Amino acid sequence: MLLQFKLTSFRGSRPEANNKILRFAQNDNPTTIIRIPKLVLNEVETSKMSISIPDINLRIIAPVLIVAITSILVLVAELFTRAEQKRTLGYLSIVGLIFASFAAFTLWGSNASAFRGMISADNFGLFLTLTILIGAALSVLLAMDFARAQNIEQGEYYVLLLAAVAGMILMATATDLIVIFLGLELLSLPLYILAAFQRNNSYSLEAGVKYFLLGAFSSAFFLYGIALIYGATGTTNLLQISQSLSLSSNSQSLTHSLSSNSLAFIGAGLLLVGFAFKVALVPFHWWTPDVYDGAPTPVTAFMSVAVKAAAFGAFIRVFVFAIPPQAIEWRTILAVIAVLTMTLGNIAALLQSNIKRMLAYSSIAHAGYILIALVVGETATASSLYYILAYTFTNLGAFGAVIALADGERERLKISDFAGVARDHPRVAAALAICLLSLAGFPPFAGFIGKFLIFGSAVENGWTWLAVVGVLNSVVSMYYYARPIVEMYMHDGSADWERGVKIAPLVGIALLIAVIGVIALGIFPSGAIAWAQSAFVR
Amino acid sequence: MNNVISLLLSIPLISALILALIPRQNARAIKLFALFSTFASFALSCSLFASFRATSDLQFVERVAWIPQFGISYYVGVDGLSILLVMLTTFLMIIAIGGSWNAITDRVKEYHILFLLLEAAMIGVFVSLDLFLFYVFWEFTLIPMALLIGIWGHGRRVYAAIKFILFTMFGSTLMLVAILALVFIHRDQTGVLSFALSDITRNPIPPALQPILFAAFALAFAIKVPMFPFHTWLPDAHVEAPTAGSVILAGVLLKMGTYGFIRFAIPLFPSAARDFAPLLIALALIGIIYGAMVSIVQRDIKSLVAFSSVSHLGFVMLGLFTFNAQGMSGGILQMVNHGLSTGALFLLVGMLYERRHTRLIADFGGVAKPMPIFAAFFLLVMFSSVGLPGLNGFVGEFLILVGAYRANALYAALAATGVVLSAIYLLWMYQRAMAGPVTKEENERLRDLSPREIALLVALAVFIVWIGVYPATFLDPIQASVMQLLGGFK
Repeated sequence: MLLQFKLTSFRGSRPEANNKILRFAQNDNPTTIIRIPKLVLNEVETSKMSISIPDINLRIIAPVLIVAITSILVLVAELFTRAEQKRTLGYLSIVGLIFASFAAFTLWGSNASAFRGMISADNFGLFLTLTILIGAALSVLLAMDFARAQNIEQGEYYVLLLAAVAGMILMATATDLIVIFLGLELLSLPLYILAAFQRNNSYSLEAGVKYFLLGAFSSAFFLYGIALIYGATGTTNLLQISQSLSLSSNSQSLTHSLSSNSLAFIGAGLLLVGFAFKVALVPFHWWTPDVYDGAPTPVTAFMSVAVKAAAFGAFIRVFVFAIPPQAIEWRTILAVIAVLTMTLGNIAALLQSNIKRMLAYSSIAHAGYILIALVVGETATASSLYYILAYTFTNLGAFGAVIALADGERERLKISDFAGVARDHPRVAAALAICLLSLAGFPPFAGFIGKFLIFGSAVENGWTWLAVVGVLNSVVSMYYYARPIVEMYMHDGSADWERGVKIAPLVGIALLIAVIGVIALGIFPSGAIAWAQSAFVR
Repeated sequence: MNNVISLLLSIPLISALILALIPRQNARAIKLFALFSTFASFALSCSLFASFRATSDLQFVERVAWIPQFGISYYVGVDGLSILLVMLTTFLMIIAIGGSWNAITDRVKEYHILFLLLEAAMIGVFVSLDLFLFYVFWEFTLIPMALLIGIWGHGRRVYAAIKFILFTMFGSTLMLVAILALVFIHRDQTGVLSFALSDITRNPIPPALQPILFAAFALAFAIKVPMFPFHTWLPDAHVEAPTAGSVILAGVLLKMGTYGFIRFAIPLFPSAARDFAPLLIALALIGIIYGAMVSIVQRDIKSLVAFSSVSHLGFVMLGLFTFNAQGMSGGILQMVNHGLSTGALFLLVGMLYERRHTRLIADFGGVAKPMPIFAAFFLLVMFSSVGLPGLNGFVGEFLILVGAYRANALYAALAATGVVLSAIYLLWMYQRAMAGPVTKEENERLRDLSPREIALLVALAVFIVWIGVYPATFLDPIQASVMQLLGGFK
């Protein structure tokens, strides 16, 4: 609080700072650099008086800490685990994730902020935290038997996954651009390795390298965007950025607002590129099909839901709340990107013959749907949160079914491989069908309510044309979501696939949880909607 | 008993769950249980009909908040517009399950589960009084029906199933946007956020905003009916569907479209409905004549019946959009009649197909000789479809023609040609397939109907004759609701 006050007064003391050069000079000014430590010093002095501050801080980042500690525990425990017992590490990870969820639950409604406003455990962040934790726990369940079948059962898998989860939670609860970047990197680096986890599979290696190169590239964009925003506003704190930008947009001095706005405009554009890479928006989506296809299927499942939850969380915080559209009109740009993303994602998905690639393009299309909520703005926050939760259950269910149907080391990846599955595995087929229908937005499944909420907020706020584009895209998407269902139910299986392969019990449990989630969120959505609506941003 | 309708909805749902638990080896137990469940539903809907008062009020209403944040409620009830359709649904379900007793041998369990889910969804469509709830049921009917066509259908079943889904979904998703727009316009006007039909019709939205929303609703319903030129999915779906699927598709699913008009599109947008009426009537008349003419040249009996549906539903649409008491009551009654007659025709074609594995008219000839009972039922059902006085089709078509004449004599004249044409295509088909000497050796030893098949057809014939001889039983409950609907225009 004190820091914030000081900063505003500090800015206020230089009202004449009204052109770009001056502002740059101001930031490079040695006197300013000297001043900042003084401020920090003040802060430290005052914090000595109230000792309880560190406690509160740790409590707020408890979910991150628990996940990170679990990650380290798994790393240590691995040294003492024999090869045939690596599975216990998976259970350990799940226990850690459950504890983290409890920690997140206890924070619900506290609306606390810590580390000088850098991290905030508001309900928005906690909702996403819980979504990420659910996604991670289900992914671990899906991975345990798969890893054994593919001979990649190593403790590092869980270590990396948990590290990524810590980064995701950090990103979703961050209220400062620097912390968002920290979270972004913390989630990305483990995922690069996880994508390439099947070392003897060239596709997996390609996926890892491609993801790494493009991801590093996008991080650079993101970082440069942060720098420019800092240049324009003098802060990396989202709240202060928003104050500063709305101040400058209301400012009488035209030159001032123009110059600092053009800096902020370019900065926002670069941030947008960074986010667009992470959530796979057109035209920054090219990595997605290759990475989703090449990465081990449980990693793909995890990435497709949890990265989206974390990145969209930060995306919403930065664009909807920190950069007011009155200052920079970004809504039109995002609306165009949303249309392109939905349409190209869906059309490209029509042409795929590999189910992982198809789901990759489908995930691009879904990013487009969620983007509609961003365009609509603050009132659609709850809709996007619900959508992300619904999407998490649904997509994990779909990937879970793909994992469940793997025959030892061999996976059913071509859509035609699913022919006749409904006869041999009626339950898994039903689960996959339900998840695909939910992705297509069919009632009474979760995906329908998600789309209903997003299109509803679009129509409510005068973006009806965007909703129309969205629903027409759903019709297109139905065509490719129907294809695996057609194969499973309406075609006869080939002799290539051994019949009566047992479904791994843990995968079965994960699939059951996902399908129950999909149906329950579809039939009784009001509880989750109420949660999402109370998930205001601090 | 003030939650009869919930019970009616839950019987098929719970039965489907129970079926899922029966081991798939017990095919007989599965069939018996499904049949038992449909009987229970029908009995319940009969008791609903018996205690139904012939007023315009909504009856057996239940309303529970569902998604209170958006004013969405589980809001169900029946009135004169829907009571007959609920009965028709539960009745035809017995026919469907009974009719596929021997025809379905593959994946019996899934088949019956899907049918019961479909039954729940169809009943749901007819009893929903909340736009959101209606949309959920409306969309949900697609999944079981498409699977039934795609799994147990013939020849190009997958193509037909996908086409069915995509066509209907295209219309209905636009309707979803229209529903949302309507609800928010209503909220901006009145401050009440509600998806309940009764709340929105109380304060109709301004006439200026009505046309585009009406168009979106009408498109969804017109595709479902199907009206010319949106009918192209129907012949494919019908020809490839299994017999019971065709019975339900023609008997009930198409009625969802016409029902949508009278339950939602017309009361929600009265002024736009008036403005659009000439267009819709024109399309209905084209459908009547075009459907009949295409039927004449069909070589496959099933596609003949399918195209005749386009023609018959044109009659229903014509009746509904005359906006007078005769036309509308006739239209509603004709929905039921078409469900019975065309359902019966599809059943008969299916029986023939089970015996000969062909449906081409040219493959038959003189079938009446080896199968006299079959021929007799065929004749009765055909006359019902043609509109012979004394049978159900006559009452409906007569009322519609009276209504059309009152609206515009030209409408009646054009529609009447459809009646003539229907006599041509049906009687000519009957002559070629059933009458005369047996031309093909394979047809000489065709089995006549089994007791099960006779029982199904007798059940249908009872209603066909009942409505023809004493329509008041079924017309009386309709009247009050129709008058109230028309009152919205005065």
